[in-house]
Amino acid sequence: MNAEREAAIASSADVVAVRRLVRSAAIEVGLSLIDQTKIITAASELARNALVYAGRGEVRVHVVENGSRRGLKLVVSDEGPGISDVERALTDGWTTGTGLGLGLGGSRRLVDEFDLLSEPGKGTSVTVTKWAR
Amino acid sequence: MERVPILKLGDLLIVSIQVDLDDQTVLALKEDLAEVVVARGARGVIIDISAVEIVDSFTGRMLATIAEMCRMLDAHAVVVGMRPAVAITLVELGLSLGGVRTALNLEKGVALLDHVRGAVP
Repeated sequence: MNAEREAAIASSADVVAVRRLVRSAAIEVGLSLIDQTKIITAASELARNALVYAGRGEVRVHVVENGSRRGLKLVVSDEGPGISDVERALTDGWTTGTGLGLGLGGSRRLVDEFDLLSEPGKGTSVTVTKWAR
Repeated sequence: MERVPILKLGDLLIVSIQVDLDDQTVLALKEDLAEVVVARGARGVIIDISAVEIVDSFTGRMLATIAEMCRMLDAHAVVVGMRPAVAITLVELGLSLGGVRTALNLEKGVALLDHVRGAVP
């Protein structure tokens, strides 16, 4: 039951593939349509961040359980430049790229648990979890 | 990369997005639309996203950009058919598409454009 799936992120087509992978896992876990949409959107934001800032990355999808609750945990990681100021990176509208700066902060609002680990020069790993209600 | 077809109906252009959008496809749609709006002298553009399951910040920003671009090219754009889950997610993401006209479906989108164009002689 603790199926783990993973996918590489190296192109914008891969970002679409990540969305599909997360969608099928979200349906399997029993997330509502709205929660499916939220976690898929968060996955899309995080996968694009890995692609834009690190050039490539990967996503691992885990089905997790907590008592009778099931959830979906995603780990999106890259070996890019890392984030020197995590607090700032989570602020809406702040970006070092060309986007809107909503990716990280927005993703955090779309999930139940959000954990960001980053080491400048080594990379970034974002873990998000959405629980079925 | 897939290309989204742009259909012409009178002085309207209708774009019905039926594929899972990758960033390149969205960018190509923006450029194609700018050209077709000018080439056909279109006055209205309807973008149907009823089949779109996910609008993330990139796609959302492109919808806003397309709407602005159309305005500068003397056309009105309306996004129709947004799914409830997509609307909820976009607002939570922090993107409420303030500058984008929306209608619930294609029929209402056409009616909105008729009204908008009727009001401007």
